[in-house]
Amino acid sequence: MTTTINPLESQELAAPVRWRTPGMLTAFALAAGCAFVFFQRPGTTTFRLSSENDAIRLPNLEVSTVPAGVGLTIALLLLAGYSVFLRSSGRKTPRWLIAVFAVLLVAGFLIWAGSGGTLPVSGLLVATLGVSVPLILGSLSGVISERVGVVNVAIEGQFLAGAFAAAVVASVTGNVIAGLAAAMIAGALVAAVLALFAIRYLVDQVIVGVVLNVLVTGLTTFLFTQVLSPNNQQLNSPPRFAPIDIPVLSDIPIIGQVLFSQTLIVYLMFVAVAAVYYGLFHTRWGLRLRAVGEHPQAADTVGIAVNATRVRNVLLGGVVAGLGGSYFTLGSVGSFNIQMTAGAGFIALAAVIFGRWDPVRSTMAALLFGFASSLQYVLSIMGSQVPSEFMLMLPYLVTILAVAGFAGKMRGPAAAGKPYTTA
Amino acid sequence: MLELRGITKRFGTVTANDGIDLIVEPGQIHCLLGENGAGKSTLMNILYGLYHADEGEILLDGVSQKFAGPGDAMKAGIGMVHQHFMLVPVFTVAQNVMLGHEPTHPGGRLDMAAARDLVRRISNQFGFGVDPDALIEDLPVGIQQRVEIIKALSRDAQVLVFDEPTAVLTPQETDELIAIMRRLKAEGTGIVFITHKLREVREVADTISVMRHGQIVGQASPTASSSELANLMVGRPVELTVKKNAPAPGDAGLQVSALTVTDERGHRVVDDVNFQVRGGEILAIAGVQGNGQSELMEAIMGLRSASHGSVTLDGKELLGSSVRQILDAGVGYVPEDRHVDAMVAEFSLMENMMLDRSVGLPFVKYGTVRQPVVDQFTRERMAEFDVRAVGPHIPIGRLSGGNQQKVVLARELSRDLRLFIAAQPTRGIDVGSIEFVHQRIVRTRDAGVAVVVVSTELDEIAALADRILVMYQGRVIGIVPANTSREDLGLMMAGVTPTTKEDPHVQQFN
Repeated sequence: MTTTINPLESQELAAPVRWRTPGMLTAFALAAGCAFVFFQRPGTTTFRLSSENDAIRLPNLEVSTVPAGVGLTIALLLLAGYSVFLRSSGRKTPRWLIAVFAVLLVAGFLIWAGSGGTLPVSGLLVATLGVSVPLILGSLSGVISERVGVVNVAIEGQFLAGAFAAAVVASVTGNVIAGLAAAMIAGALVAAVLALFAIRYLVDQVIVGVVLNVLVTGLTTFLFTQVLSPNNQQLNSPPRFAPIDIPVLSDIPIIGQVLFSQTLIVYLMFVAVAAVYYGLFHTRWGLRLRAVGEHPQAADTVGIAVNATRVRNVLLGGVVAGLGGSYFTLGSVGSFNIQMTAGAGFIALAAVIFGRWDPVRSTMAALLFGFASSLQYVLSIMGSQVPSEFMLMLPYLVTILAVAGFAGKMRGPAAAGKPYTTA
Repeated sequence: MLELRGITKRFGTVTANDGIDLIVEPGQIHCLLGENGAGKSTLMNILYGLYHADEGEILLDGVSQKFAGPGDAMKAGIGMVHQHFMLVPVFTVAQNVMLGHEPTHPGGRLDMAAARDLVRRISNQFGFGVDPDALIEDLPVGIQQRVEIIKALSRDAQVLVFDEPTAVLTPQETDELIAIMRRLKAEGTGIVFITHKLREVREVADTISVMRHGQIVGQASPTASSSELANLMVGRPVELTVKKNAPAPGDAGLQVSALTVTDERGHRVVDDVNFQVRGGEILAIAGVQGNGQSELMEAIMGLRSASHGSVTLDGKELLGSSVRQILDAGVGYVPEDRHVDAMVAEFSLMENMMLDRSVGLPFVKYGTVRQPVVDQFTRERMAEFDVRAVGPHIPIGRLSGGNQQKVVLARELSRDLRLFIAAQPTRGIDVGSIEFVHQRIVRTRDAGVAVVVVSTELDEIAALADRILVMYQGRVIGIVPANTSREDLGLMMAGVTPTTKEDPHVQQFN
């Protein structure tokens, strides 16, 4: 047989460009257009850019809602149309387009919802960060834990344990730092139970996590009613962290107060985000942690102790989540209350997934959820006519849309949730 | 020099390794030949510190070693190229190579530059051509295997263990690997080469040890013939070639036209496939694992909904029918993954034997299983197919791979067939059973049934095929006669298409 051989021209089997993003953008643009144009709320929305005692004062920004609404609707429709055009010529919607679209949509919504009122921009941002601090720390805990291969559903329980321990210890000692330390230990204790059952006894990690949440809720509720309430003065009146102004930086208009006039926990949070990012991607610790979460057997065969690595980092995750829990009692409210974390641990979990198991993206996701929550406070304070029930729904709506709609199919650490055993 | 002395390992009542002695000299390729389940992998896992031997000792240059884990084995200079690569798919080559012994800058930052240099140095030394910044999951398996070798060499391995390294390679990649092994040998590395493929052993080995039932049953020289080695491996004379007469192709049979299958991500995993198999002939589908063969078979069986084109059997359209309708049309199917798709391990032989006919007669009447009928049927089939088991009531999971496969074969061949599809029919089964399975497949053909055999093993393709279809990236590279040379088949499996063809069917359908 004589055969001459020709190389086959390589055929690219690229993933198809999907209609989802253009479709979502079009739907949002149309929904926004309906609200802005057909349910007009004529008037003026005032954006307050500085407060009275700021060092540098900016004038208020006044926007007339009807022209702004119409203009923004047109802009949104144009962007959505461009996305559809790109899709029909086989191209993907660029990221900048989605970002611009989101900013315009939010601006449009604020102008529309805030009609006739004054919206304190700095206040909104401060509130956003306030809500986000525990979410960010919780999602960092989730990122560390899942990246090493253990699904941490117990963030909620770690928050609650941290908040409780911080309140009691800080009240007894009168020292906020002692409270902070106690919160971290409490978070680590919850994580230790998770590690024990999930890694040592191979119990399903999600089930252990859910049970731990229920356990900690029950335990703190019991202790609160039986021990804290009768002795409120001695056991549940912790001192709170005072904000620390960073000179000069805290005087920057709009963002100065948000970023540079905060409590120790918030500064620790900033450090934690940077440290986890740097650690995960640029140090031996992170490389080994990720290897254990992706392919534990590969890690084992190069001499990395898989389960020891997992235990250590699940505990570390517990410490970070416990720190987040302390913010509830020492940072914002000032005393412990039954179930005061109100599902924040689960939102943090959603932020982990939306942020694709990346510390910085998860932080962004947590900020988005925080923004949606604080929008609700701020709009109800300024007396907006938007029904409060709708606003209460908003953060969760954003969570669902974010995780299901835009995030799409995501690939987490390959070995997350799977216990590692050798024969 | 590596020496194993009297290594014994028991799992419960099973002795996986029984007093194994083995010596590997520097610059020597020592082949460890044995069937699946002979205890080769157990032995190597002991050597690599993953298991602990119950008795015996490991000596390196005369010094007794105690390995608590793979880390210790590596420090002692033993490297392993695993059958299933121990590489993190989302890491780069450099990250995988540095893992476990990472160079760092002062302050703890990973020294990626040093890691890249290390990869480049070893890659250049042996002509591997590996890019340190490539992601593992983007690399072909042949290159991934080189990364495994670099990983071991980067830790100054004196002895390299290759565990079934050619199972995932194309014939060309296998040749390249053999060249690499010779190069390593020339540099003084001792090599243990574990395999069950006789051809490779004879090509590359300096010394051959044959393992059977956990023991070393003999040493052989590379000049030994294949049948001598096979006899040693199995413990009795085996027929390596299947006796078959020229095919007598009959009527229409299976006709596949313009079949395209997309996967969950929208990729075309089967792309415009055309072929015909007539009654009384065997079409063997060759190709490296993962080139669309599995999806093609699943599409024919009605297991893939995202399929377009046409699949007809004796002129009747099958595409779009339910699996039950397709089975009733006279299709028998041996899936490639026995444990997942062909049987239920916890079910008894009887229950497995009636899995495909759980509705209606002969086994079910008035919604009730007729136990005596199933019982008798199973006993008859066990006798006919030489299934060695205590009885029809024991769970199939307790049988050896070969006996399990015979049960699957018995079930699928006991209906009136017009088409028989066998995917990887002899994967993971002993040589004796391979012989039996091959004979049954040829006998099915001789009964006038259209037969499709999918295999990644060229030996199997050569043994069974009347015609050979080669798949690459979901497409038919060509349909060639059974006497096509291994070299040409290998090139086709790597995506190189022959321009002139002698097979009339190619002209007809492509």
